[in-house]
Amino acid sequence: MAQVSKEEIIRISGVNPLKCMRCGKCSATCPSYEEMEYHPHQFVYMVEKGEIEPLLKSADSLYHCLSCFACVERCPRNVEPAKLVEAIRLAVIRQQGQNHLKPETIPEVLDEDLPQQAIVSAFRKYSK
Amino acid sequence: MQKIGVFVCHCGTNIAGTVDVHAVAEALKEEPGVVFSADYPYMCSEAGQNMIKDAIRDYQLTGAVICSCSPRMHEATFRKAATSAGLNPYLVEIANIREQCSWIHKDMPTATEKAIILGKAAIAKVHLNAPLTAGESPVTKRALVIRGGIAGIQTALDIAEAGFPVDIVEKQPTIGGKMTQLDKTFPTLDCAACILTPKMVDCAQNENIKIYSYSEVTDVKGFVGNFRVTIKRKARYVDETKCTGCGICTEKCPMKKVPNEFNLGMNNRTAVYIPFAQAVPKVATIDPEHCNMLKNGKCGVCAKVCTAGAIDYKQKDEFIEQEYGAIVVATGYNPIKLDRYDEFAYSQSKDVITSLEFERLTNAAGPTSGQLLRPSDGKHPHTIVFVQCVGSRDTSGCGKEYCSKICCMYTAKHAMLTREKYPDTDVYVFYIDVRTPGKNFDEFYRRAVEEYGVHYIKGMVGKVAPRADGTLLVQASDLISNEQLKINADLVVLAAAIEPDKTARPLATMLTASMDTNDFFTEAHPKLRPVESPTAGIFLSGTCQGPKDIPETVSQASAAAAKVIGLLVKDKLTCNPCVAHSDEWMCNGCSSCEKVCPYGAITYSDKEFKMPDRTIAIRRVASVNEAVCQGCGACTVACPSGAMDLKGFSNRQIMAEVDAICK
Amino acid sequence: MIFSYYPGCTLKTKAKELDRYARLSAEALGITLEELPEWQCCGGVYPMAKDEIATKLSSVRALASAKALGHDLVTLCSACHNVLKQVNHDMAADENIRTKANNYMQPDEAYGGETKVIHYLELLRDTVGFGELAKQVKNPLKGRKIAAYYGCLLLRPGSVLQMDNPENPTIIEDFIRALGAEAVVYPMRNECCGGYVTLENRELANRRSGAVLESAKECGAEMIITACPLCLYNLNKNTDGYDVPVYYFTELLAEALGVKEGGACDGAGQ
Repeated sequence: MAQVSKEEIIRISGVNPLKCMRCGKCSATCPSYEEMEYHPHQFVYMVEKGEIEPLLKSADSLYHCLSCFACVERCPRNVEPAKLVEAIRLAVIRQQGQNHLKPETIPEVLDEDLPQQAIVSAFRKYSK
Repeated sequence: MQKIGVFVCHCGTNIAGTVDVHAVAEALKEEPGVVFSADYPYMCSEAGQNMIKDAIRDYQLTGAVICSCSPRMHEATFRKAATSAGLNPYLVEIANIREQCSWIHKDMPTATEKAIILGKAAIAKVHLNAPLTAGESPVTKRALVIRGGIAGIQTALDIAEAGFPVDIVEKQPTIGGKMTQLDKTFPTLDCAACILTPKMVDCAQNENIKIYSYSEVTDVKGFVGNFRVTIKRKARYVDETKCTGCGICTEKCPMKKVPNEFNLGMNNRTAVYIPFAQAVPKVATIDPEHCNMLKNGKCGVCAKVCTAGAIDYKQKDEFIEQEYGAIVVATGYNPIKLDRYDEFAYSQSKDVITSLEFERLTNAAGPTSGQLLRPSDGKHPHTIVFVQCVGSRDTSGCGKEYCSKICCMYTAKHAMLTREKYPDTDVYVFYIDVRTPGKNFDEFYRRAVEEYGVHYIKGMVGKVAPRADGTLLVQASDLISNEQLKINADLVVLAAAIEPDKTARPLATMLTASMDTNDFFTEAHPKLRPVESPTAGIFLSGTCQGPKDIPETVSQASAAAAKVIGLLVKDKLTCNPCVAHSDEWMCNGCSSCEKVCPYGAITYSDKEFKMPDRTIAIRRVASVNEAVCQGCGACTVACPSGAMDLKGFSNRQIMAEVDAICK
Repeated sequence: MIFSYYPGCTLKTKAKELDRYARLSAEALGITLEELPEWQCCGGVYPMAKDEIATKLSSVRALASAKALGHDLVTLCSACHNVLKQVNHDMAADENIRTKANNYMQPDEAYGGETKVIHYLELLRDTVGFGELAKQVKNPLKGRKIAAYYGCLLLRPGSVLQMDNPENPTIIEDFIRALGAEAVVYPMRNECCGGYVTLENRELANRRSGAVLESAKECGAEMIITACPLCLYNLNKNTDGYDVPVYYFTELLAEALGVKEGGACDGAGQ
């Protein structure tokens, strides 16, 4: 996987991690906390420190974020951690051959009630 | 022929770091009228001042321009130096080449060019300066303290002790403020009532102090030494001079379901009430919103039972006017409303309370007689979660950007006292940072942790979910162990941010005192003049100026009193000679100036004028009372004929400055 | 009253009831919903990145088309609402995104976020009024204990969506009361059901929707209503056996207004 700079992540996300005062409120109610290797507050801290690579490699963290905006809504400093997760995820899937979800897998997971919305959303989040 | 001296200050590297001060002195030497120009490392030092004095004498200067810091900093210093060398102080001008030049530019050529231009403007003005002599005005030897919480009480007591009369105007029926609602006070855990009520009684008994309770300031006119204040004494429907505070009316009043504000609505009071047992003045008040007699004329029980005959349903609001030499603002604070923090379920569960409510729940005079019981079911809570920084340090637009300063300590106090009284209780405190600067403060907090076993967890609570079984599911971060915690709590206590009282903003307008964006009053200098407002004669006491705990409030309250005393001991104050004057020949009598004057300094009268054709004309013209005028300049802007002008800041002088800058 | 209407992809297939009963109810309430011509799928999720332009264009087209028609744009599916509303906000507030999107589409008139996007629930609250809605109810849903499930997309981020208090919303509860039923308030009503992650991690979605169902059930809910097809799916696919049926809010609306075909939403047949 190609290297991605901290500046690139900040540019894509529009997030300024320096605004964070390290209260951890974003991670307090993150519904995917248990599933994620790095938690929302760690995304903010690690981007600030320029530790991008471990985040790029952490599929558990990138693909379990539900984009539910709980961290964005509750942050007292308007940091918007979800946008950092999204930026890192994009930095991965925009690279050649890094799509997380492939069309071939859809028939396996399909059931008759599954709304289109789920498939469309998953492709938006997991593939380019 | 003008002989002007120019003095360019380096201010160490403050100015010289970005401005080529030598080049400035050299360039200004070439200006018309300049006979002396030099630079010096510290113009405000004794040697620097001597340089100015020597030049005034040696060159017989008719004017001086000091290129230095803001006139707010050292104008008085340099004017004093000039006076001692025999130059009228109003022939000294300051060119601000620090705050308005060196501090805001990075590039030396740019800053140097601008400094030269600012110097030229000041020189152009000095050419037109005239010597001015300051008049004097008398000082009314009485002080007004607005609000009677611990800040106002301390200020009033200190002023009274120095022998000056002082009035306290308090909006509530009693003085005492927020401190009356507290249980114990950190870091020594004295009972708040035990240390406050003697001071309240002192106020009542001190013959120099008059308490206007249940009253508000509605209008302020005048200026330092001579304020004229209108005080509204709200009708309390009880004659204060007759009421003995026996309380029989409050026992018999049939209207018993009024939320009791003293206990933050956690129990009820009657429509006629005395806020609490130690109220000062201990006089009943009828709440007109809930009294049946006042609402529909049906009742009258309190009048029947009052043996002193103090009840007066016909009482009306009364306005009194009083003169003061100084005004102290002590309007205090309130916890913020929590309606934008519904993730903590304050509005959804009775068992989520604020810290101030917690004070009432642990106070012997509170709704539970000091028993810590859950508001929902009256049971003893076994797990309590304290949440810090609720609405403080918040830039999301929901709360306050600042640190409320008192919460870390009172939460440590709450946690410690809970563990002491109820050792079977688990107490958690969620914090972002624990801030305990202050004498014996950090030791106090550490005691809560080390001796009382309070669980301090670094992290914020994200959500409080009220569950069907009556418990509160608290979801939070534990940042040290990198865990997401879920705690089933019985009681959640929110350390709500504090904000200035809502009456502060309209009061500031009345006083023409400045405020910051958070509605805290601004001090004249954040470090060196912390208890004075920039508006002369207005002083600041307590949390109206910024968040403070009790020790700090009391210190500031006494400091404000010292400043007031320093003013009131003077018999006369030197006036500002830079006042307006009216050219009666140009005045057309339109009254525009009179309408805009905030000080009532302008009057109109009919005067006889000898006209060129030797006839006598009677014309209505404006004249300025120089003792009252504060030199704000509003009239000079409003005057359509150009008759009004400000001494020391005449239109000609200002235009000369503008011309010099634009040249 | 005429509104432009954006149904979204799922409402044409798996969530036909959500759409059909919204239309029937609107008709009964005297409101005309005109489906936007040639609308395209919104993409299901709001593209958060500042440099994502193409993924926002389908929303911009719908918004610009509503502007051209001169009507406010009504949405129904929570996801579509979230995406359209957030993209609209970008078009109004983010100059970079606005310029690039307009440069790309080359419309006759540049679009700058002028269209007002309103959710069907807001239409009921602010245009019809819940008081008036209550008067129009023919079959009051008396005695039913109904829990509102907002999920995350309808309310967040609150500063952009501005539908209701994101932490203690009342709009669906007020709607339930207007229909004559009892609203069950429970704390998990604004937490995520697991969303699209259900596609590759059923376990996660099961846990998330389980937490929602457990909370609703614990507070006495007999049924749950939602505006989102994916929420409905995730709640229904939960395998922990909470036995709380989930409906679209429009099904209940149609039933109360007496325009629903078939049986009542009483849990039978789910």
